[in-house]
Amino acid sequence: MLLPVNSTRSAYFRGLSDITPAVVGLIPFGMITGAAATAAGMDPWLALGMSFIIYAGASQLAAISLLIQHAPALVVVATILVVNLRFMMYSAAIAPQFRHLSARKKWLFSYLLVDHAFALLSARFPPGDTTQKPGTKAEQQVKKNRDDYYFGGTSLLWVMWQISNAVGVFAGTLIPGNWSLDFAIPLVFLALVLPALQSRTHWLTALVAVTAAAFTTALPMKLGLITAAVAGVAVGAWLDSRAVPVK
Amino acid sequence: MTGDFYAWTIVCAGGAVTLLARASFIVLPPETRVPKWVQRCLKYVAAAVLPALVLPDVLFRDVAAGQAVNTYRIIAALVAMLAAWQTRNIFATLGAGMATLWFLQYFRPF
Repeated sequence: MLLPVNSTRSAYFRGLSDITPAVVGLIPFGMITGAAATAAGMDPWLALGMSFIIYAGASQLAAISLLIQHAPALVVVATILVVNLRFMMYSAAIAPQFRHLSARKKWLFSYLLVDHAFALLSARFPPGDTTQKPGTKAEQQVKKNRDDYYFGGTSLLWVMWQISNAVGVFAGTLIPGNWSLDFAIPLVFLALVLPALQSRTHWLTALVAVTAAAFTTALPMKLGLITAAVAGVAVGAWLDSRAVPVK
Repeated sequence: MTGDFYAWTIVCAGGAVTLLARASFIVLPPETRVPKWVQRCLKYVAAAVLPALVLPDVLFRDVAAGQAVNTYRIIAALVAMLAAWQTRNIFATLGAGMATLWFLQYFRPF
């Protein structure tokens, strides 16, 4: 184990310092998220509440885009869920490391589980790493260090996300509407999705979704979005299940 | 749009489903398994949803009178895609796209 096993304090601060580079990269993203909300005419308190309650950048941007288009509630919530489904994969991977926690701490650590937090913990404490015998004092200490390390990193991430969102929300109220800051939302999505299209099946999925979206824009209540997403996922999963060697 | 009850309800429900996704396997019994077909669908969710969200935001926002689509936004999005392709960097992508849009909206070349 890379951490000194006897110092809780150092585990917490080690988490803080390890997460710092990611936090530096996150600050502009948080400011853009906040600014996009209020520049698009969203109530500042609602924008702040969103970063606190949802606490997930990409889905906040999706929600802003849909809320200012007056999409129906179910469509907005379904989109937030779908954009955040990747957290289930993190949850499955990280669950064994959180098994010893109390129920309250499980929920707290779940709330704090974001992309960077997952990357941080799996880099420093790889799952299945059992260098200590179960039940021993040393093993207890490793678990405690791991918890403190995770809480150190994620607490800094959380605080800086809230601050950068708040700064953005304030800036957004000052930015004139003709700056078209809401255009940052699709741009962020493009930047997120393009590197994620790693196989031909992924490309076909995106192509089907975009085509379906283009042909269903006339549908009311943003139902085109749901149609496009379902069509894309269905084609992707179907191609994947046929295991055609399309990679 | 104001911070009305409707929007707050959406945000709270969105927060609830997000927390449930995060907590799912952490709070479920350890023996819980995901069916194969669900795993398969999860793999392609981002590739389907994000482009479907992008399309209307690029094509149909702030469309000028007498036009079917927002040409400036389409061009700016294509430049941003090129930047994303070349740099794989979120801020380079944002910068390229916003700069192109501002340039076109300011000079209105066509």
